[in-house]
Amino acid sequence: MTKYIGKSINRVDGVAKVTGKAKYAAEYKAADLAHGWVISSSISKGKITRIDAEAALQLPGVIQVFSHENRPGLAWFDMSYKDQDAPPGSPFRPLRDATVKYSGQPVALVVAESLELARYAASLIRIEYEEEEHETALEHNLHRAREPKSGVASLLKPPPPKPRGDFEKAFQRAAVQVSGTYVHSAEHHNPMEMFATTVVYEKNDKLTIYDKTQGAPNSQLYVSQVFGIPFKDVRVISPFVGGGFGAGLRPQYQLFLAVLAARELKRSVRVSLTRQQMFTFGHRPATVQNVSLGASADGKLEAIRHDAVGETSQFEDYTEIVVNWAGMLYPAQNVTLTYNLVPLDVYTPIDMRAPGGVTGLSALECAIDELAHQVGLDPVEFRLKNYTERDMNEDLPYSSKELRECFRQGAERFGWANRTPEPRSMRNGHTLVGWGMATGIWESMHMPARAEAVLTVNGKLRVSSATADIGTGTYTIMTQIAADTLGMPIEDVIFRLGDTDMPLAPIQGGSWTAATVGSAVKVACEDLGKKLFKMAQKMPHSPFADVKLEEIVFENAHIRLKKDSSVAVSLLDIVGTNGGRAVSETSTSVPNMLEQRKYARAVHSAVFVEVEVDEDFGTVRVTRAVTAVAGGQILNPKTARSQIIGGMVWGISKGLEEESVMDHQFGRFMNHSLAEYHVPVNADIQGLDVIFVEETDTIVNPLGVKGLGEIGIVGMPAAIANAVFHATGKRIRSLPITLDKLL
Amino acid sequence: MNSFSYARPSDISMAVGELATHEGAKFIAGGTNLLDLMKENVERPNRLVDINRLTLNTIDDTEDGGLRLGALVTNADTAYHPAVESRYPLLSRAILAGASAQLRNMATNGGNLFQRTRCYYFYDLATPCNKREPGSGCGAVHGYNRIHAILGTSDQQPETTCIATHPSDLCVALSALDAVVRVTGPNGDRTIPFADFHRLPGDEPWLDHTVQPGELVTAIDLPAKGFSDYNTYIKIRDRQSYAFALVSVAVGLEIENNRITDARIALGGVAHKPWRKPEIEAMLVGQNLSEADFQSVAEALLAGAKGYGHNTFKIELAKRAIVRALKQAANLEPAS
Repeated sequence: MTKYIGKSINRVDGVAKVTGKAKYAAEYKAADLAHGWVISSSISKGKITRIDAEAALQLPGVIQVFSHENRPGLAWFDMSYKDQDAPPGSPFRPLRDATVKYSGQPVALVVAESLELARYAASLIRIEYEEEEHETALEHNLHRAREPKSGVASLLKPPPPKPRGDFEKAFQRAAVQVSGTYVHSAEHHNPMEMFATTVVYEKNDKLTIYDKTQGAPNSQLYVSQVFGIPFKDVRVISPFVGGGFGAGLRPQYQLFLAVLAARELKRSVRVSLTRQQMFTFGHRPATVQNVSLGASADGKLEAIRHDAVGETSQFEDYTEIVVNWAGMLYPAQNVTLTYNLVPLDVYTPIDMRAPGGVTGLSALECAIDELAHQVGLDPVEFRLKNYTERDMNEDLPYSSKELRECFRQGAERFGWANRTPEPRSMRNGHTLVGWGMATGIWESMHMPARAEAVLTVNGKLRVSSATADIGTGTYTIMTQIAADTLGMPIEDVIFRLGDTDMPLAPIQGGSWTAATVGSAVKVACEDLGKKLFKMAQKMPHSPFADVKLEEIVFENAHIRLKKDSSVAVSLLDIVGTNGGRAVSETSTSVPNMLEQRKYARAVHSAVFVEVEVDEDFGTVRVTRAVTAVAGGQILNPKTARSQIIGGMVWGISKGLEEESVMDHQFGRFMNHSLAEYHVPVNADIQGLDVIFVEETDTIVNPLGVKGLGEIGIVGMPAAIANAVFHATGKRIRSLPITLDKLL
Repeated sequence: MNSFSYARPSDISMAVGELATHEGAKFIAGGTNLLDLMKENVERPNRLVDINRLTLNTIDDTEDGGLRLGALVTNADTAYHPAVESRYPLLSRAILAGASAQLRNMATNGGNLFQRTRCYYFYDLATPCNKREPGSGCGAVHGYNRIHAILGTSDQQPETTCIATHPSDLCVALSALDAVVRVTGPNGDRTIPFADFHRLPGDEPWLDHTVQPGELVTAIDLPAKGFSDYNTYIKIRDRQSYAFALVSVAVGLEIENNRITDARIALGGVAHKPWRKPEIEAMLVGQNLSEADFQSVAEALLAGAKGYGHNTFKIELAKRAIVRALKQAANLEPAS
C-alpha cells in the first residue's frame, strides 16, 4: 500500500536549505579553528627546487607552511591511498615529494589563525621549479593510445564486448555509410559548493571531519588508511552537499591537507578550495571518437564501429563506458567497439554526470541521425526500424524497456509530426529553426547497502544510512519509502544520512542510490515491522497471538488485521512494552544477482529539441525540449522531474557552452572561473518538458525503480547537434557548438 | 590577496589627496572588478580609498543640452534613468547588455571605465602577461585567444605584445556618443574626449587609459546629440547573459528624408579600446537608406584586422554584426 511513493512530496530538507539551516562542510565551527590555504603549482611537469616560506612564516598568526619538505611520514603503499572509486594505478599523493605531475597540483598548505592571513601569507611564498616537457594534448598523442589496465573498477565499468560479426565486410557492402570523428574537451563539475573540509580535533586525538563528499564512508576509509588511524577514531559527517556531479566520488586533496595539518598541529583546521582550484582535480576527460555506420538502402542498420580514445593521467587509468551503448541500443549484427586511453600530464579524470554515456551517445546518436538522413528516413522512424528488445552485447532481454512509448509520447508532446525533413526548411527571417532528437540510455545499477530503522519511544520512525544527498532528493524519497513500508504518517518519519556512524552505503553515484539505499530502507523497515509484530503478539491479550505476518498490514502507525481493520494495535503501544527503549533493526539489502543476471537493466529516454540559429551570427538557442523517460517506478514525480530538468540543462550546457580550455603551451586550463567557464544562465533556458512513461519492472530491484541521475543529460547534446544540423545543414562534431563553428 | 589599509574620505579633495600621499593606493567604488583582481593577486593596492561617500551620484542636465552622469551613479540606475532612456537609449541598451543585474546594481559609471581586460592570461599569475607584468611576454598570442583583439593589437615585440580587449559594453556606447570624461587631480580639473580616454597597447600594454596617477573621474558628459530615434546595440556572446562580448556594435544614426545625415559606429570586443573610425562613418553621410552600402562600411571598418587563430572568426562576425546593426538602427529590420 503506497500513500507517499509515487506522489510529488516536497523536499523534506527544502526549508533547511532555503533558510540556511542546512550546514555545509566549510560552515562548521570548532574552538581554536585554524585556516588553511592551498598553494597550487604553476607548472604542469617538473620538480620543485626551492620553497621560500620565510616571509610568510614571519607574519604574526601564520602557524605553519606544509610542503613535501616537512610533511610527516605517511602510509607507504599505494594500496593505502586507494579510495572506493580509485581506478587502477598509483593514486596521487599530495605533498609526497618534489615532483609536479600536473598544473594546479597542491604543493603547499599555509595554515594561519584566519583565512585572510593564510591567503595573504600564501601570496608571499616563492616557489622555484625545474620544468620538464609536458604532454597535455590528446589529439597530438592519439598514436600512444593503449588499452586500459583492468582493476576492481572494471567490474562496474566493463570493457567493450568482443567484436560480433564482421564490421569491415558489412560496412563495405552497406548501401549507405556514414563516418565521422567527434571530439570534446575536458569539462569540470563546478558544483556551487567548493570542496572543503573542517577537521575537528577531538580529545584523545580523535577526528570529527566535516567533508564535502558523495560518500562519508569513502572519506573515512581514505583518512584511516593514509594516516594510520583506526576507523573508530575517524568520524566523517556530510549531511548536505552543495552539488557533486561525480566530483565528490573520490576524496579530494583538501581532505588530505586538512587532516595532515590538524594532526601535526593538534588543533582543528579547515581547508576550502577556491573556484580556480576547482579546476585542479578530476574532470570529464577529453575524448576523441570515431563512429562508422552502415545500413541497407531501406534503413536497416547492419554495421557499427565505435572507437573512443580518452585521456587519463600518467598515474591512474580512469575509464568510463563510452562505446558499449551502441551494442545495447541497436541490433546490428556486425559490431566493433573499442576503447583506449592516452596518459597525459593531467590529473586523473573522474566520473562526471553520465560519465561515458553522454560522451558516447553524443557521437553515436549524431551518427545515427546522419545515417537516417542519408537513408531518407525520419530519425524516429529509423530508430523504430532498428529497435531491439535485447542488449546485444550480453545477448540478454531487457528487464523492461518502454523506449517505444518514449518515442511515441515524446514526439506527440513535441509536435514532431509537423517537422519538415529537409535541413534549412524551417526559417523565420534571420532565424533558422531546427528540430532534432536522440535516444538516451543508462544502466540501472543496484548495489548492496545497509540501513537502520528505529521506532522511538515517542512512536517516531527514524531511519538512517551513510549515503549522501547531493541535491538529488535522497532525503525525501527515503522518507517516503520508510513511511509507506511501515505505514507511518510522513511527518513522523525522519531519514538521516551522511555520517559514518550510520550503517554503510556505497558512494552516491551511477544513478544507483534510489534503488540501492531505497531497497535497504525498505528491508530495514520491513524487518523492524516483523520485530514489532512479534512484540505485538507477545503483548497481554494480543489480538495477533495466532495471526500470521501475511494477515496483517501496517497502516497509520498501527498494525491491523487485514480482514478486520478494527483489530489494531498502535506502534506506540508496542514500543511501550520495550521497557522505555526504542526498537531498532539494522538490515542489509543485497541485489538478487541470480535473477538480475538473466536480464539487461537500463533506463531509456527519447529527447526532442528545437533550436533557433541566427544565420549570420551562428548563435544557437534551445527554445524548447521534451524528454520522455522510461524509468520504472517514479518515487516522487517532483524530485524526479527536477533531476531530469537538471540533466537537460546540463545537456544544453555540454551541447552549446561548456568546455575547459587547456593551453598546451602551459598544460594549464585557462578559463578557470565561472565568468569564463560558461554554463547556462536562466536566460538560456526555456521550455523544458518532462514525460515519465509508465514502466513496470519487477526484476531491476524490489522497488522497481531506475535511477534518474544521468538519463536527463545523455541524449541532449546529440539531440541539439541534430537540431542544429536540421536548422543549418551543418553537421558539427565538436562540442560545445559555439557560434564560431557555425559561421 | 595582500594586506591593505583603508580610507573613506568624505570629499573629493581628500580623496585625491589620499592618492597623492600614498603610493600604491587605489580608488574603489563598486569593487566589482577590483576585488576579483585582488583575490587573484593581479592587483595589489596597499591602500583602498573608498570613494562611495563622495557626492558624485547624480545625473544632471548640462547647459549645452547634454547630460552629466555622475561617476558614482550605478550602471543600473543609469540605464533606467528616464533621461537616459528617452534621450540616450543606445546607452541604456548597452549597459543592460552587460554583466548581470547584481553586478549592474553595484558597478558604477566611473568604475566601468577602468574595468580591466578579461584576458585569461592577465588573470593567471602562472602565465606571462605584459599587461600584468611588463616585459614578461604574452601568453595569449600563441595560446587560447578566442576572446582576444583583432584590431589595433601590439604583436611585434615579445616584451610589448598584447592582444587584450577592453570588456566594457557601456564604454562602446559612450564611444559612439562622443562622451567626454571629466577628471580631477593634483593638477586640477580636465576633460578627456572619450576617443582619447582608452588607448591601444602600443609599446606600453600595461596602460589601459590616459588618466594620470592620482586623477579621479568625477563625471561623464554626454553631448546633446543622443541618436535617440535611430540606434541599436548588438552584442554577440556565448550565452544570453553574463558573458562578455565576442563582438558588439553600437550604432547611432541621424536620418532626414530617408537620407543619413550623421552616423556613429563603435565596436566592442575587438580591440584594446572601443573601436571607432569617424572617417569611415562619414562614408554613410548623404547616402540614401534604400541604397546605402552597409557591407562596404563593414569591410572598411575591419580593414587591417588580424586574427590569431582562435579569434579569427571575429573578423567575419564583426562585419556581419555591423551590417545587421546598421539595418536595425535605420529601422530596416526589427531589433534582435
